[in-house]
Order: sequence, then structure tokens, then C-alpha cells
Amino acid sequence: MTTPALAIRGGSVLTDGSLEPVRADVLVVDGRIVAVGGSVEVPLGGEVLDATGCVVGPGLVDLHTHLREPGNEAAETIETGSRAAMLGGYTAVVAMPNTTPAIDSAAVVEQVLRLGRSAGLCEVLVAGAITVGRAGERLAPMAEMAELGVRIFTDDGAGVQNNRLMRRALEYASSLGVTLAQHCEDAALAEGGVMHEGAWSARLGLPGQPSEAEELMVARDIALCRRTGTPVHFLHMSTAGSVELIRRAKADGLPITAEAAPHHFTLTDACLARYDTVFKVHPPLRADADVAAVKAGLADGTIDAIATDHAPHTPETKEQSMLDAPPGMLGLQTALSLAITELDLPIARVFSLLSGGPARIAKVDDRHGHVSVGRAANICVVDPSATWTVDPAALASKARNTPYAGRTLHGVVRHTVFNGLATVVDSTARR
Amino acid sequence: MKHLLSIEDLSADELEHMLTLTDRFVEVSQRKVPRIPALQGKTVVSLFYEDSTRTRLSFETAAKRLSADVMTFSVSTSSANKGESIRDTVETIEAMGIDAMVVRHKAAGVPLQIAGWTQASVVNGGDGWHQHPTQALLDCYTIRTRLGSLQGRSIAIVGDIKHSRVARSNVQAFTALGAEVTLVAPATLLPPSLDGWPVKVEHEIEAVLGRVDVIYLLRMQMERTTEALVPSLREYTSIYGLTDERSARLREDVLVMHPGPMNRGVEIGPSVPDRPNTVITQQVANGVAVRMAVLFELLTGDRS
Repeated sequence: MTTPALAIRGGSVLTDGSLEPVRADVLVVDGRIVAVGGSVEVPLGGEVLDATGCVVGPGLVDLHTHLREPGNEAAETIETGSRAAMLGGYTAVVAMPNTTPAIDSAAVVEQVLRLGRSAGLCEVLVAGAITVGRAGERLAPMAEMAELGVRIFTDDGAGVQNNRLMRRALEYASSLGVTLAQHCEDAALAEGGVMHEGAWSARLGLPGQPSEAEELMVARDIALCRRTGTPVHFLHMSTAGSVELIRRAKADGLPITAEAAPHHFTLTDACLARYDTVFKVHPPLRADADVAAVKAGLADGTIDAIATDHAPHTPETKEQSMLDAPPGMLGLQTALSLAITELDLPIARVFSLLSGGPARIAKVDDRHGHVSVGRAANICVVDPSATWTVDPAALASKARNTPYAGRTLHGVVRHTVFNGLATVVDSTARR
Repeated sequence: MKHLLSIEDLSADELEHMLTLTDRFVEVSQRKVPRIPALQGKTVVSLFYEDSTRTRLSFETAAKRLSADVMTFSVSTSSANKGESIRDTVETIEAMGIDAMVVRHKAAGVPLQIAGWTQASVVNGGDGWHQHPTQALLDCYTIRTRLGSLQGRSIAIVGDIKHSRVARSNVQAFTALGAEVTLVAPATLLPPSLDGWPVKVEHEIEAVLGRVDVIYLLRMQMERTTEALVPSLREYTSIYGLTDERSARLREDVLVMHPGPMNRGVEIGPSVPDRPNTVITQQVANGVAVRMAVLFELLTGDRS
């Protein structure tokens, strides 16, 4: 397919391996980056995107997106979720398998991939379930799903509780070239908990999930990873103890990666003080010391990626009690801005956490995570000093459950280029 | 005051004001015809998502003695069972034109959530493990009536603190009024953290028997044994129960209180309720007057 040439002019480019953005233009022809330089000639009929004052980085990759389709199209569809993604600067998202039906068979994988392609707003990748129906009882056909390109398997929404089954899953997957990702939550310890267990849960009279519910499963999977050698990815790490366990396991050279969600480095359990269910999420918002540890993990590389855990819910399901409302919050359109605003990290590191790191974990780093000549043109242009105020009604997601309503954030996504096509121009969806 | 959601929202002066106001309604309740027209034309709805015949009757009696119209919304006969959201239910009830809602729910925070969705005054009739502010007011009133004041008094709250809205409300109310509070429970029945709680902790009832002015017993539920929080009710009673034998060793003027319903023979010895300074029935009687004071204050006072 031939697409019009595209020039991104006036910005500072984060090329592969650069620690600082460098003033340069980028020329895209036929979906590929053909030149990165001081100034580029635009071919006749080509489009120019103004990137003055902006950083031109690789398109973002989200390892953890709940697109809700099939099954809960009232909350989100693959199309609306993709739209939120591209407006947030993403060019690829990994759809989590806790849909209805679960993504636990080749047929459902194919359906989600097809709907993602037909939306055509970003690359929709799929995480397959480890067990049939995510029920934690029998292995799902991982090889058949891997055949279709699935590279990450998880029962996200729940952890695989049975130790023997998890061992078998890792052993079976060891020959497939895939990664098993865990939602670390010991069901017995976490049972009934709707927030972090601590001083706030004690005061609010809400049942809590102790940090150990997460940390025990992290420790178990590190042990099983050591035994089987199969790569393990830890989803949405939220406690200081988990970060430390992963730091030590990585020092031992184990094939382990980890992600953190923006809400776990920006919000604490004190947010629950008014019983606003928009702050209910699993794993729960933790204490100040945990937020500090997650930030330290992001800074020192213990945590490889920022992943949104974008979890849309309709207003009527969130307008229930803290016990009854479902956990989860939106994330795709705020992640980059939160990283810029709340993490004291160089912009190159921010992009590494939101693009290069997750692209490697999802095994799509051949086509995402780079701005360099010869690569596919998947690009995010952000103005890091511009500000915007989060308005739930203005988000592209079908749902409105952002915990950041009214917050003013730094970092405005100006343009997104997906496979050489400008999907977002001047912060406006073009498609 | 617009709402009564949590004891935390009240200053010591406001607590004292409510107790003083209650005196007037105790007097009304003792009249031959215990009814005044203070809330004539006002409508009070009891919105109970969790069964509680006692608390509901107490509130409804209070509202009727003030001549308010009373409506009962009981979850078992309502659309909440048909999947209607709490917000939709509240908006439906509000459309009928009401002035106050008394809300009870199994989940902490629901009365506060509802207060954000309605113009009516909301009274927390008990939310999960969180708060039961009218219980705390009636308990403070009962203690004040018997001991004159809470200032400097030593109060032990014994039992399942962790799951108790009564304990949370009472710790705040008792300490705000100057009492010293000791929680007596095994670690499994204490909140996961006591950071910021102005309390002492003991792990056997014997430790407080000789030095307290009030022993406040909480109901010990059978299901706590299946949740592995205590090995057995027998063992609980042996360490935490105010048995007849322990009760006999109490100073005569020590008050024994219980929010009801009691498990005689578990947390409270079979004959302890009949002891002269066991004030459980006075608590119930004062409950009506306190709830009259609360409804009166919310529906006729300065609502800013």
C-alpha cells in the first residue's frame, strides 16, 4: 500500500540509543522512516506535521489494555479503545484476555486481531489466556494461539492460583518462544479486599488486600522461573516488596520483566477517603512508601515498562458500593502525561518505559519502539511542556472512569503516526 | 448540620450539643402522649439495604414521635434486587419528595456516596465496618446520664473491633469527649493498623477488669470461627468473655454496655444483663431520643 509522504518538522528526535532528543526532521515514505536529519525535503504532495517545541519519539506500546470486546461493548470496543490509544500516543496495544468469552482459543484470537485490523487505528496485539476460561484449571491451547502470533499469555484479572498448574504452564510454554505474564494476587489472602490493607482501610472500615497477597505470588513465580527458564513478566507491580524481589531476581540473571501502571506511581490509598469507586482498582492503590519504591524501580530499570491497565467500566457499574463496584480505571490517554508530570526522569527514559521496553517484551520491537531510518514509521510527537486538563467527557474511551478528572498535566500528544499514516494531527483524531 | 455520616465529622462541641439536645427528647418520650409536631410535613425514608429491625424501628419511632411521615424502603421488596444501581434508587426515592434518608448498607461508604447524589439529608444508619454514628451518640448519652461525663473515664471496648462499625464510631466519640479507650481483642479481631487511633490495646479481659469505668462488649459472631479468626467460641469466652464470675469481681458502679443483639454465654455471662449497672435496655431507650435529636437537628437546624 502506498501512503503519502510525511515530514515531521521542527522537533527534537529521540533516535535509537540517544540519551537526549536531537533537533531533526523526520521523513516518512511508504510507511517507513527514510530520513532523519537537520532538514528534509518534502516530496510533492507530501504532508508536513509541525513539531516545533516537541519531542519526536517512537509510538507508545501498551502491554496491558482491556478493550472489553468481545462481551462488554457497553464499556469499550476495540475501535473506541484503539482511538483512545492513538490519542494517547500509542501505536500498539496488547489486548488482555479477560473478555467474554475469554481469549483462550485460536478462534477468539483471530476475531480480536481482525477487529483490530479493521479499526486500523493502532496495532492490536493479543494476550492469550494461560488456562481455559481463565478458570485456572486446564491449560489453554497456547501453541495454537502462539501460531497466530500471540507472544504473551496471562489469566490477567486473576493470578494462576495452583502452584503445580503454573509450573506446568511455564514448562509447556518453554518451547514456544513466549512469555507468561502474571497478575499477582493470592486469592485466599486477597479475598474480599477492595483496597490496600493498611491504616486507611482500617479507618474506612473496608476490607483490605495485604501487600503479601501480591508478593507471595511474585516470589513463587520467580522460583518457578528459576526452575523452568521460561520468561515471566510481572503485571502492574504495586508494592515495595515486589519491586525488591524483582530487583534481586534480575540481579540473578533470570529472564524476568515487570511493568507498573501510572496509578501506582501517582496515587495512594488515601484517595479512597471519600469512597469514590473510580479509585477502586486491582492491585489496589498502595501507601506512600510503595509509590516511592515503584518510582525507584522505574528509575533504576527494575521495572521495564509503564503499562496502563486501561480498564473501562460504564458509569452505572461504577455507581455502586465499594464492595460491589468493579475494579479498574482508564489509562490510555493519560499515561504519557503522567509519566512526564510525575516521574523525575529524562524524556528518553520516559519513552523507553512507554515504548522501547514494552515493545521488546511484546516482541514487536521490529516495528515499534524506534525512530530510525529503515524502521516502520510508528511515531509519537509530544509537547512535554504544554499542559492540558483531564476532562472525562472529552476522552475517546466509551467509559469515563478516569481518576484524574480535573488534573492539569504536562505533556500534550500533538501527532501520532501509525504505519506511516498520521492518525492524530494537532491532538485531533484524523480517522 | 446537613448530614450525619460519621462521628469524625463532629467536633467535641457538636457532640455535646447533640447530647444536650437529646435531653429534651427524652423528656418528650416520657410523656403520656410522646409526640410533638416538630417535623410535621416532613418525610423520612428508611433505606435499608441490610436487615436491621431494631435500628429501623428505632429511627421510625423517632420520626413518628416528631410527627414526620415515614416511608420504609426494604431491599427484599425493592428493585435493588432487580439490579437497579444505588444512584438510580436514590434518585427515584428523591423524586417522591423527601427530606431525609436513613441509610443502612453492608458496604462502608454508601451513605457518603448517597449524600453526593441527593438533596435530602442523609443519616448513616450503619455502613459496613465503618460507622454507626447514632449508636455512638446513644452510647455517649447513656454513659453521661450514669456517670455525669465521659471526661477522664476509662472505657474498654471488648471483642470484634475489626468488623465493628460500633467500635469505630465509639472510639472516636468516646475519645473526643475526653475518655481513655482500651481495645481488648486478639490480633485477628483488631483492624490491620491502629495508626492514628488514640487507644491502648490489651489481649485479655482480665487486664482491664480492675481499672475501667465502662466495659463495652461487642457481639461475637459464630462465623468468626469458620474464618479462622478465633479457634472456638469457647476459647473466646475464656479469654474475652465477661462471664458471671468476672462480672462478680467488678466494682459495683462499673457500667456494662452492649449494642445488641447479645449472645448470652459467649461475650456476656448469662446473668450479667441483669446486674444493676448493666445498662443495655437504657441504651435502647435512649436510642429513640438520640435519633429524634438527630432528625430534629438535620431537618430544622442550620443546614449550611
